Amino acid sequence: MYQEILKKYEPTKDNLIYILHDIQDNDPQHYVSESAVQSVSEYLRIPVNHIYGVLTFYTMYSTTPRGKNVIRLCESPPCYLRGSDNILAKLKNTLGIKTGETTSDGLFTLELCACLGLCGNAPVMMINDDFYGDLTDDKIDQIIHNIREAK
Amino acid sequence: MKYFRSHILIETDEASVQQGAREVMNALKQELAKHNLDQEVNVLETGSLGFFERGVCIAVYPDDVIYGNVKVEDVSSLVSEHFLKGRPLTHLVIERSEKKNIPLGYDKRIVLENSGNIDPEEINDYLGVGGYLAWEKALLEMKPEDIVQTVKDSGLRGRGGAGFPAGIKWSFTSPIKGVQKYVVINADEGEPGTFKDRLIMEGDPHKLLEGTMIASLAVGATKAYIYIRGEYKLCINRLQRAIDQAYEYGLLGKNILESGFDLDIEIETGAGAYICGEETALIESMEGNRGIPRTKPPYPGVKGFMQNPTVVNNVETIANVPAIINKGADWYRNIGTAESPGTKVYTILGDVAVPGLCEVPMGTTLRTIINTYGGGMKKGSRFKSALVGGAAGIFLGDNMLDVKMDFHNLAEYKAVLGSGAILVINDSVNIVDMLESVIKFFRHESCGKCVPCRNGNEQLYKSVRKIKAGYAGEDELDKMLLIADTMQKTSFCALGQSLLLPVKSALDMFKDDFLSYINKKKAINK
Amino acid sequence: MKSLEELRKIREKAQQDMKLRGSNYRIKIVVGMGTSGIAVGAREVMKSFLEEIEKRGLKDVQITQTGEKGLSSMEPVADVIEEGKPKVTYGYLTTEKAKRIVAEHIVNGQVVSDYIVASE
Repeated sequence: MYQEILKKYEPTKDNLIYILHDIQDNDPQHYVSESAVQSVSEYLRIPVNHIYGVLTFYTMYSTTPRGKNVIRLCESPPCYLRGSDNILAKLKNTLGIKTGETTSDGLFTLELCACLGLCGNAPVMMINDDFYGDLTDDKIDQIIHNIREAK
Repeated sequence: MKYFRSHILIETDEASVQQGAREVMNALKQELAKHNLDQEVNVLETGSLGFFERGVCIAVYPDDVIYGNVKVEDVSSLVSEHFLKGRPLTHLVIERSEKKNIPLGYDKRIVLENSGNIDPEEINDYLGVGGYLAWEKALLEMKPEDIVQTVKDSGLRGRGGAGFPAGIKWSFTSPIKGVQKYVVINADEGEPGTFKDRLIMEGDPHKLLEGTMIASLAVGATKAYIYIRGEYKLCINRLQRAIDQAYEYGLLGKNILESGFDLDIEIETGAGAYICGEETALIESMEGNRGIPRTKPPYPGVKGFMQNPTVVNNVETIANVPAIINKGADWYRNIGTAESPGTKVYTILGDVAVPGLCEVPMGTTLRTIINTYGGGMKKGSRFKSALVGGAAGIFLGDNMLDVKMDFHNLAEYKAVLGSGAILVINDSVNIVDMLESVIKFFRHESCGKCVPCRNGNEQLYKSVRKIKAGYAGEDELDKMLLIADTMQKTSFCALGQSLLLPVKSALDMFKDDFLSYINKKKAINK
Repeated sequence: MKSLEELRKIREKAQQDMKLRGSNYRIKIVVGMGTSGIAVGAREVMKSFLEEIEKRGLKDVQITQTGEKGLSSMEPVADVIEEGKPKVTYGYLTTEKAKRIVAEHIVNGQVVSDYIVASE
């Protein structure tokens, strides 16, 4: 099932990072499964342990299934100064989960991340590929509400 | 309750006080008392009224008149005209519409001259503002040695943090013959508080491409990569579009403009690791490995990507190159300071009125950057410190607001320009809390290769938590300094070496903040 | 693939195209579409401008996009450019503010001074 993705790339090790991105982006649960790692290992002819080494090194990858919407809230100093800890509390409260967990309906996963480069609009978060800035409690309510409505 | 006929609000934020707000306030009080108006007119202090480059501003209510550039010598006529005769002193009145007017300073910009003006998705827009003229000139009129020499002469220094002269870096790789050489653009922007490279790539991707082309020609690389962090989706899309357009226009590919030179540019994406900003870690990542730094030497300029000579430059550095080729080294040297020519992009963040970004000549003072481009302090807050240079930067106090910001001057204060991030912190914030956030960042981002960084960050984090929880004595501070100092001396790469700057500066400048945590608990325990 | 001659011609033409004078447009609205802008609603503002121009049938107004100026905290930001007049930069835009700018500035020629945030 991963052949379609794999064949887009030359079977050389330097393509590993993209292949993993591509697999994860096309997985409805935003992660790289064991069977995917196996396929990549066979295709690139590199050991599974190397691939896991890479997967667990970079923060954008996940080896466990995640929600349909992965929320990544920035906790670096510029966002912290502007109250990202309050936003984190608000998100935990609204979603009823802790950092690193997924809601029972599988709709949201909450993660913390390092600087997203949108510090002029701190506090900031990403949901999948979209950025949200100047966050307030009200904005969080609205964003979460909109996603729940749109599902 | 006392009834006042009028209220005068005088701004006493950092910028206004600097320009004599307190003197004006005292003069006002005296003048009002002289005319027996002190029981009728109330003088109150307030934060910034939000006007820029208007000196000391005061607002009079209920009349709703705002005066700007008020000086002590204006006070007597102001009181006699406005409060005795009841008519505004017209030559000092400023309009509300002037509020929040931030100067954009496009006339001084180099790397961001087009961002915010042209359509970044149209190559014709870039051509319309003189785009790719430098590429034509370099390709058709200059020898690679001339390009390297021009960049050397310009004094352009790396804008990624270390400040290494770009021309000298190129001169190591340029003479190597007979092997595949590479140019890699480091766009793995991850320093907290930094987004200058994102603005260049999103707002003017062709400028980065043009600089990359010239650098490749100069060092003899026929293949260039732009390594962008995975989160910057818009940058990746716009740059890919720009690359496609450049191929279509024959600016990339084989035998470019019939010069005989071939060049391909490709985008590589990161996957979320701050350490990949270190050039050898970045190369490891490009090769499909964990981003762990390599032993230097050999430097990438000799043995880099796939063991071939590789020049790694930051986005902002490369974006300066087209202008240097077009206008010459002398022109560039005339901007900024003697040791640090050119401009620098700063991000101004935190407790300022309008967080954002500016590009100004090297040597501009911190005070000017905060007050002019950040709009001064946020309403109702006072300046306490600025974390300058990103998380790996230094906490500066208000005694350093007038330091000229360039490589040379900051080095004298043992500070760094870093990535150009300026995080302004107000006086209600405890620096220990900020330091905790900084250490947390490095603890998370340490790659784990060497012991000092891997364990040092963990121990520093424990120390700061202990201090905040009130379990630490003053000896904990010495311990933190010792750990940070050891990390600086023994860590494998700049990541572990950087912690000393924020830790030491926080301890030097704001020891009271640490003691407030330590003593608070002591008092309770007694 | 273009030759040097062709490239130079394209550049000359592009230089002409960027001027309002002699073009079919009287006025140009340039919306900042960087990540900061988009994160706080620039897409909606762009849409609002387009709808309003369409609704009013204004044929002499050009709407384009650009990157960020550096006014992150004032996003969404848009410029209104008219021949012979200083460029006006509006900030903190919303869909409603965009409508007001079209009604007052684009149609009636009255600058909405409350929304101005920056100067050249």
